[in-house]
Amino acid sequence: MKVVYEKCLHCGCCVGSCKQNAIYLNDYVLEFSDSCNRCRRCIKICPVGALSMEDE
Amino acid sequence: METHECDIVVVGAGPGGSMAAKYAALGGLDVILLEKRAEIGSPLRCAEGVSKKWLEEIDMPPDPAWISADMDGAIIVSPSGHTFKLDESRAGNEVGYVLERHLFDKALAEQAGRAGARIWMRTAATGVIFEDGKVAGVRANRMGDELEIRAKCVVAADGFESQVARWAGIDSSLDLKDIDTCIQYRMANIDVDPSYCEFVLGSAAPGGYLWIFPKGDGKANVGIGVQGSKCKLGADPKHHLDKFIAEDPRLSKGSVLEIVGGGVSTCPGLEETVADNLVVVGDAARMIDPITGGGICHACRAGMYAGKVLSDCAEKGDFSKEALQDYEDMWRDSMEDKLYRNWMAKEKFAELSDEVLDKLVLAIKDSDIEEVNVYNLLKVIKDKYPELIDEFESFI
Repeated sequence: MKVVYEKCLHCGCCVGSCKQNAIYLNDYVLEFSDSCNRCRRCIKICPVGALSMEDE
Repeated sequence: METHECDIVVVGAGPGGSMAAKYAALGGLDVILLEKRAEIGSPLRCAEGVSKKWLEEIDMPPDPAWISADMDGAIIVSPSGHTFKLDESRAGNEVGYVLERHLFDKALAEQAGRAGARIWMRTAATGVIFEDGKVAGVRANRMGDELEIRAKCVVAADGFESQVARWAGIDSSLDLKDIDTCIQYRMANIDVDPSYCEFVLGSAAPGGYLWIFPKGDGKANVGIGVQGSKCKLGADPKHHLDKFIAEDPRLSKGSVLEIVGGGVSTCPGLEETVADNLVVVGDAARMIDPITGGGICHACRAGMYAGKVLSDCAEKGDFSKEALQDYEDMWRDSMEDKLYRNWMAKEKFAELSDEVLDKLVLAIKDSDIEEVNVYNLLKVIKDKYPELIDEFESFI
């Protein structure tokens, strides 16, 4: 996952929305675990559009 | 790695966590309350509007120190601009104060500390410790140091993220339609009524609503929640909020002093909020009103129930799922019917067109409801538009 930290509000919306519990907000840095299944929910739901797929 | 032992470890010093810590500590238990941030109550993730009655119930008499503004009522705005103004005498339980959450949360944590709980700031839970298949504490990072905190029971009060419950095996994941993604600006230099909370319905906030909650002259929290399943633009909440502000002459020349984001669950509470040596409270247990998005009162009550039940469990030396069942019963008795009813209502209302919402607001405006609350509003709608209500008639 790619995070545009200039946009990120560290609000945790993606963390709580992730079905896989694959995102961890470590202070101001989002960590994505291998259990991510590329469902794109976090991308869809981020209130400021800070997330995208790295390889897209 | 350092190891610490205590009776109860509470993850998260929001309202639910602090209340649980307070009441467990008052029961004589050794409590450690963890807060990952450097400041309790900050950054804000809340519109800060609460009703009034429940504060006495949790033994927090209203204090000007953490009340930003006292509301006279609420204004509901339909998609085409019909307004329905309800004053406090009729608004009953649904409006009240706009808080200073960063101070309210600190006041609750202060009480937990006074009761004897140890508060560890800048301490993030990173996982759950299991022993013989049961929860036995949490792993944490305290200002860079890895710790194990072993406890007889863990209270998961980690808010919308709800990771502790899931690490412990309780599935608190949400459907997209049961999530509202939110953004809010703290605005100043705007021209809004300082004593009315405003709620704007319709496609300006797909599946959710826009709000203006005043915080003193010329200032307000101006925010929006958009249903997750209706997001399609990328950054939907920000897009819709910016558009709303730009088109409202009261707001368009204002200054934004703070931007906050956050997620809100709009489902009934979790099916299970206890496991052996584990209790889940507040937003983490999805105890948010699916219509209003309000969760502070639920988190406070649930935290209080949890703390009291933990004290009872300690006397018996039993923190099994069965022993913790009293907590489950208490919060369900207190709020489950309402959460479920309002979830059914939300499922319906989130799908209504602007045209129908306009009709509904007009119907309510013309009615003679004495006390306006979600329940009574549903009754009025039922009388006028029974087809909208039939699927959840039994809750009315």
